[in-house]
Amino acid sequence: MSAHLPVLQVLVPLLAAPVCALLRSARAAAALAVLASWTTLAVALALLGEVKSAGVVSYAIGGWVPPIGIEYRVDMVNAWVLVIVGTIASVVSPYMVVSVSSEVERRRIPLFYAAYLLCLTGLLGIAVTGDVFNVFVFLEISSLSAYALIAMGTRRRALTAAFRYLVMGSVGATFIVIGIGLLYVMTGSLNMADLAVLLPEVWDSRTVKVAYGFLGVGFCLKLALFPLHLWLPNAYAYAPSAVTAFMASTATKVAVYMLLRFFLTIFGAPFSFGTMALDRLLLPLALVAIVSMSMVAVLQVDVKRLLAYSSVAQIGYVVLGLSLASVTGLTATLLHLFNHALMKGALFMAMGCVVYRIGSVHIDAMAGLGRRMPWTMAAFVVGGLSLVGVPLTVGFVSKWYLILGAIERGWWPVAVVVLLASLLALVYVWRVVETAYMRPYEGDGRAVEAPPGLLLPTWVLAAASIYFGVFAKSTVATAEQAARVLMSGVGS
Amino acid sequence: MMSSMPPAAVMILGAVLVPFLRGRLRTAYVLALPLAGLALVLSMGDTEFGRTTLFGHELTLVRIDGLSRLFGWLFHIAAFIGLVFALRSPSRIERPAALVYAGAAVGAVQAGDLVTLFVFWEILAVSSVFLVWARRGERSFRAGMRYLIVQIGSGALLLAGILVYANATGSVAFGDIGLDSPGGLVIMLAFGVKAAFPMLHTWLTDAYPESTYSGAVFLSAFTTKVAVYALARGFAGEAALVWIGAAMTSFPIFYAVIENDLRRVLGYSMINQLGFMVCGIGIGTELAVNGAVAHAFNDVLFKGLLFMSMGAVLYRTGNINGSDLGGLYKSMPKTAGLCMVGAASISAFPRFCGFVSKSLVMGAALYEGYNVVWLMLLFASAGVFHHAGIKIPFFAFFAHDSGIRVKEAPNSMLIAMTVAAVLSMVNGVWPTLFLYPNLPYEVTYQPFTSAHTIGQLQILFFSALAFCGLKLTGLYPPELRSVNLDIDWIVRRPLNRLALALGRTGKTMDVQLRTAADGLVRRTLRRAFVAHGPRGVLARSWPAGSTVLWVATLLAAFLLIQFL
Repeated sequence: MSAHLPVLQVLVPLLAAPVCALLRSARAAAALAVLASWTTLAVALALLGEVKSAGVVSYAIGGWVPPIGIEYRVDMVNAWVLVIVGTIASVVSPYMVVSVSSEVERRRIPLFYAAYLLCLTGLLGIAVTGDVFNVFVFLEISSLSAYALIAMGTRRRALTAAFRYLVMGSVGATFIVIGIGLLYVMTGSLNMADLAVLLPEVWDSRTVKVAYGFLGVGFCLKLALFPLHLWLPNAYAYAPSAVTAFMASTATKVAVYMLLRFFLTIFGAPFSFGTMALDRLLLPLALVAIVSMSMVAVLQVDVKRLLAYSSVAQIGYVVLGLSLASVTGLTATLLHLFNHALMKGALFMAMGCVVYRIGSVHIDAMAGLGRRMPWTMAAFVVGGLSLVGVPLTVGFVSKWYLILGAIERGWWPVAVVVLLASLLALVYVWRVVETAYMRPYEGDGRAVEAPPGLLLPTWVLAAASIYFGVFAKSTVATAEQAARVLMSGVGS
Repeated sequence: MMSSMPPAAVMILGAVLVPFLRGRLRTAYVLALPLAGLALVLSMGDTEFGRTTLFGHELTLVRIDGLSRLFGWLFHIAAFIGLVFALRSPSRIERPAALVYAGAAVGAVQAGDLVTLFVFWEILAVSSVFLVWARRGERSFRAGMRYLIVQIGSGALLLAGILVYANATGSVAFGDIGLDSPGGLVIMLAFGVKAAFPMLHTWLTDAYPESTYSGAVFLSAFTTKVAVYALARGFAGEAALVWIGAAMTSFPIFYAVIENDLRRVLGYSMINQLGFMVCGIGIGTELAVNGAVAHAFNDVLFKGLLFMSMGAVLYRTGNINGSDLGGLYKSMPKTAGLCMVGAASISAFPRFCGFVSKSLVMGAALYEGYNVVWLMLLFASAGVFHHAGIKIPFFAFFAHDSGIRVKEAPNSMLIAMTVAAVLSMVNGVWPTLFLYPNLPYEVTYQPFTSAHTIGQLQILFFSALAFCGLKLTGLYPPELRSVNLDIDWIVRRPLNRLALALGRTGKTMDVQLRTAADGLVRRTLRRAFVAHGPRGVLARSWPAGSTVLWVATLLAAFLLIQFL
């Protein structure tokens, strides 16, 4: 059984999806989705344990030996990403049960769960596979189902948002497949480990460099790096609340993983940071993303959009860690993947609770909610503090490593920008907190505390974002181990 | 178990229960917390424990030694006095906020490393702002906001400094840092913000007078004293501090003279007193550091007493402007008497506590050859007496009778004030009983020599004479009366005019500078709004085509970089 863990990771949600679509009962579909999500987390944790004890786990699909057959290959890096996705899925899926029932048409609910499970399959597949074309396939699976999920939002603008995401996402996927094609042309291999061996011989060829460029742009679009983030704010703002919480905490994280895997494992860190000057290209974009998108977030009036722009800014932090080109920087990147998933998940879920009760997340509609929905808003405050990077929250841990990494490189201005941007985060979080706690309630009494089915998952993530902020040892150790794996080609 | 509990935890964790209690039970509980904390600290003696490692750095949660010992006791005492004073406070947030605030102060002075210090530093900032907000209303809210921004800014500076320092030296131990070490300047600036260095002091005089009648009592006790401790720990003997301290003693006097809000006058006089401490730390000899610590201890007592008496006046009359008060000694005689004890202490009358601690600093300045500084401190001593020793009690309780008739301050307030007054008298009359033996270094100094006593009395009497002269000649703002000439008047009038003029120009310049900066911020914000606002270039929902354009641009950038 344990020998088949890598394939089970994908198989469970993949098989559950069509069953969900066939089921008539929304309840049965929900139960199946939750069960499948929990199973994936269990599998992901088992995999992480195995990788920790036994090193790299390789699995040949159908018994075909790599590099001919498709290989699933799990090391510290993707075991970590699998755990992130699994955790978020298993917390968000019970939340979905309540949230979706109020936001999605009843007869579409089984289909909704099918789409959700497919999206989960795609994200897990990207993370688990060791085959580059397989990555593209899973990317399409996750993207197509994501478009469908977003389009199920209550407002009609969800449709245009989903369509726009579809066009932009397809452009990104096309770029990625072009890049993969060029790599195949040059090496005749699609296996990641194999590619990593073959590529150094053809490093100097123009085709490989062009392939690098296409892949880079494609990944940047999928992970919503400024200025390729334009699809994200609307998609997050208009999707159903549970979908936003799920996607914000997983989709961009997996895209970041793709970037790390391709550029640091396949092409190799020396090639990326040496020949291609990846760090110098990404650094300015990351910094602009951090500052500019935080400022946009400050001035938003729709809280979900505010959080979406904050996500773009946070992706800036993630990419900044990468562009520091050091183990510390990458540790920060990997930590922030996990930490941001926790806090942004909690924040979006808190907003989902607000939508559930009052149907709006306009900042004016939230006046006085601090008293009407104390637990919901308290979760928001916890997530917000973490976003700001207050000590004893997860946000502090990843920012600490980011600043350490910047100082290691001697990039003082970068450290200053990171600190100043925390102040911007304080401003946009504070605007919501001030409205919710300092202004009197003006609504019609609909705003009462959210049901426990929503609150509980929200608080699981909120509590986790404190727990892992206080007891950061295990996450830091895992992230650092993974960062070492990625930087293994470099001396540091 | 108990011996391994950080003393700071008693009040911080204890505060969690306060919102759930009511009535007498709450009173008893709230008052018991600081006493329990004090007992715990006293039972510990000098110790060090709570070692952990975080991010590869060795942390020490609690360190009680010669320097931090007195501060730990002091903050518990101050919290107790303040809580007694605040017994009648209707605010539900004030008590827990004050407890957390006091606990954080204890934690900060007992922190053995910079990271722990930083954590408590931030808790101090966040918890204390609620004491300003508890007064409610637009003015307090805005003042609190400004206060919070400055305090958080100080925390950010501290963090930045710590990172540089830790990275360069590989250690986060909180010992002597010094200006020369990397990051030292930034850390000192962070301390300086909280210690109200000149130019960095405005938050103090801005926020304290806007807090509740009891909030100012807490505020005056903790934040600045933590900063003084931090400076003494990290920067003792930095010559720059001598001059900064001397400047702090002198410049607030001009402001204090023309200020009408009596609690703001106390705010300025607070900066002046802090100046003595900073100066002592800068001199850095055993005598001077002793003086700084002793003065911090005494200052909490007598400044607390003054803030409490003004708080009682505010509580009863609802007004704290010098021009509207007066004649209150008829209705609040006990408060008036206690206020005058505080006034005598801050003015350093012999046998009052200001005398025994300020003398240490001034003596040290002379021994080390800082003659100019000594003169500045002397000038400041006269100034303190003038604005804090005389002006405060005079305008509140005497002067012209404003006709206000109120009840004497409530018993709880009188008790709190009495405790503070008694403690400060004990320190003043028998400094060798409690204060001197517990200072960081052994004290051989004798404050009560006849030369010193007479010298101090001369300063005080001539200062008083000057006040009388000015008052009678009508030169003293804000009242006008008949003219009565004196030989002293000839000297004092131009000086006073100059002082007033200086103060006024300072104030106009201050206002102009603020307006200019305000305008700049506004313009920048407007510009930022154009780009970042909800309809701004960066926040609009762009069509898919624009993304494709960006995709092409980025691809071009990728390719250009490698082919160039």
